[in-house]
Amino acid sequence: MPIVLWTDALVFLLIACAIGSGVYVSRREYLLASWRRVGESRAGMAALTVLAAFILVGLLDSLHYRPRLEAVAGQSANGFGTEVRSALDVLLLPLKAATEKTYSAPLATHLYARETVELPDGTQARVFPRLKHGGVHLKDPAQDRGRDVARHILRGLVLAVLAGLTFAAIALQAAAVRWGVRWPAAWRRIRRGETRFAWNAVLATLAVLLLLAGPVVSLAGGYHVFGTDKVGQDVLYLTLKSIRTGLVIGTITTLAMLPFAVALGIVAGYLGGWVDDVIQYLYTTLNSIPGVLLIAASVLMMQVVIDTHPDWFATSAQRADARLLALCLILGVTSWTGLCRLLRAETLKLRELEYVQAAQAFGASASRIMGRHILPNVMHIVLIAVVMDFSGLVLAEAVLSYIGIGVDPSTISFGTMINTARLELAREPVVWWSLVAAFAFMFVLVLAANLFSDSVRDAFDPRIAGRRIAPAAQGQAA
Amino acid sequence: MIAYIIRRLLYAIPILVGVNLLTFALFFVVNTPDDMARMQLGIKRVTPEAIQKWKAERGYDRPLLYDGTAQGTDRITRTIFFEKSVKLFVLDFGRADDGRDIGHEIRTRMGPSLAIAVPVFLLGLFVTVSFALLLAFFRATYLDFWGVVACVAMMSISSLFYIIGGQYLVSKIWHLVPISGYAGGVDAARFLILPVAISVVAGIGSSTRWYRTIFLEEIGKDYVRTARAKGLSEMAVLFRHVLKNAMIPILTGVVVVIPLLFMGALITESFFGIPGLGSYMIDAINAQDFAVVRSMVFIGSVLYIVGLLLTDLSYTLVDPRVRLQ
Repeated sequence: MPIVLWTDALVFLLIACAIGSGVYVSRREYLLASWRRVGESRAGMAALTVLAAFILVGLLDSLHYRPRLEAVAGQSANGFGTEVRSALDVLLLPLKAATEKTYSAPLATHLYARETVELPDGTQARVFPRLKHGGVHLKDPAQDRGRDVARHILRGLVLAVLAGLTFAAIALQAAAVRWGVRWPAAWRRIRRGETRFAWNAVLATLAVLLLLAGPVVSLAGGYHVFGTDKVGQDVLYLTLKSIRTGLVIGTITTLAMLPFAVALGIVAGYLGGWVDDVIQYLYTTLNSIPGVLLIAASVLMMQVVIDTHPDWFATSAQRADARLLALCLILGVTSWTGLCRLLRAETLKLRELEYVQAAQAFGASASRIMGRHILPNVMHIVLIAVVMDFSGLVLAEAVLSYIGIGVDPSTISFGTMINTARLELAREPVVWWSLVAAFAFMFVLVLAANLFSDSVRDAFDPRIAGRRIAPAAQGQAA
Repeated sequence: MIAYIIRRLLYAIPILVGVNLLTFALFFVVNTPDDMARMQLGIKRVTPEAIQKWKAERGYDRPLLYDGTAQGTDRITRTIFFEKSVKLFVLDFGRADDGRDIGHEIRTRMGPSLAIAVPVFLLGLFVTVSFALLLAFFRATYLDFWGVVACVAMMSISSLFYIIGGQYLVSKIWHLVPISGYAGGVDAARFLILPVAISVVAGIGSSTRWYRTIFLEEIGKDYVRTARAKGLSEMAVLFRHVLKNAMIPILTGVVVVIPLLFMGALITESFFGIPGLGSYMIDAINAQDFAVVRSMVFIGSVLYIVGLLLTDLSYTLVDPRVRLQ
């Protein structure tokens, strides 16, 4: 039975909005021009490729369903389990099901902790027991593991190269047809960066991604590539599941606050008078409460509401999802003030321009002027704010989850992973893999978001787009 | 000037009232004290008597806004709103849910918070402004390019990583300083060095990049060209002209946080076991002590408003063109 969680619905809404605005932009040359500048940025396009990979994982993880219960003998199967699964879970089912007893190191064949086991001759010994799933196909782990791992990696690399070549061939064919040249010429153009769109950055990033992903996919069939955590869950599975939470927090929060920020900012700036006073009072008050305190207070209160109404939610996943959504809304409420202030200031400026005065002279209504004439001209500010906020929100999730005011503890996220793993560094010997995996994935996601948002800002911010940095005075910089 | 300050302080009153109403609504209207009691005592198997007792001990058993049974002014004052919210205005915070005096806790915890927040603030400002000036000096060179790349990479790293990694490396592997804890007096330095260093490093990325943009914006202006045309050295231009003028936008972001230094740093304090206001807040959140959270929200907004006022005043000090009316 397919099931649409609240955040799923909003994710789909967001995609619909993105496609809609894509169509809108593609029909307008002056908007396309700015996006082409984004497309020219190598760093931006490389970052976008990485982001696209993350988004793909997140989207797969947003298609949820409740599996039908297995038919019990004598009864027909007519119920649905309370467990909610996603399409990603189906793909990763081998990983999800392959739980060990407790910690095991990356690519290990034995548990990380000694256990008392009974030997065949009746005596007991404390040994590192074999894993139930990791490297179980090896007869003699100590001898075969190195060669087996190497073989897996090689197989992964070969697959990656094949996939990469296929993709490159498709891209080259498309390019060759488009430019009316042969393959070598098209390849030369792309390689030398003579294309307007930064194809070389996209292809290079894709190659790196494939070369990294290939061996991991290949190894994941036989081992726990990133090890297992305290309760024996595969860390690779956890990190992949965390991606959706990060993306949802980064995007839904902005989506939730945008209508308020845009509407209030423009209305305050255009109408002025007491409306302006009220809106300014509203955002000054909200702004004067330090963000993390307001979030803490709101989340605590929301937790009480959710905990006192357990009957609202059919499954624990739905409850966790409600909490995730509430966290997004709360983050949205605390973060709309900055954008609102920017939009108000910009509207104050635009209000005095000739084209707005002309519209007023023609007798256009205030709402029409705000919607048709002012809104399109402040959209670049909105866009920049949206992409700039994303990375900060992903980082904030980890911190909030650590404080205990983040996502539900049962939601897999970078924050909950770090939170459960942070005491493991104090163990002897050290368990480092889940921390490193969470931080590394988060770093790549946030770095890609930062680079992409920089290129968007550079292309859309009129103050930056037209500016060139003056070189240092001769001889001084040397 | 005096008149301006007084008027600004008067403006602050409606905002504080707003904050107060908001927290009141959040803590007492969205959830009734009954919900809170049930939460504290455990959701299931809780008797009405236990809830009543919990509420009476903490003064939550009164009406919200108006007590019709009382006499005279007691009708207003013997309510939750007056007792818990209005009294915040005279900095009477009442008692935490565990019975301790919040005001006393705040006064004793302010010291450790400041001991870590002030060095982080000053050192961080010094380091980031220096780095930004350096990058601006070498603008449009490889040093500048890779400096910006390093900044973007550093701001993409979670602050938790800096703390966990720093603690692990410095305290666990190298055994240079204790992992966490706090002591009064001179001994405190031993405990403070690591958290201060980590907080400064964690802030370098975003601040340096931001200040560099400000410096570059200033460098593009006409007066800089004039200064160069006069034959001033690049050093003199940067330090005597650009730095001074760039201080105006830098101040906007910086002065406003000075009063908030009292609040301490949430994460750093709790990781390093420093008994400041930040860890007080985290403990309160984990114990779901709403009285403490409410008080901290109020203090936080008061300090923020003071910070805004200080920002405006500091403009007149650094920029003679700004006149406050």
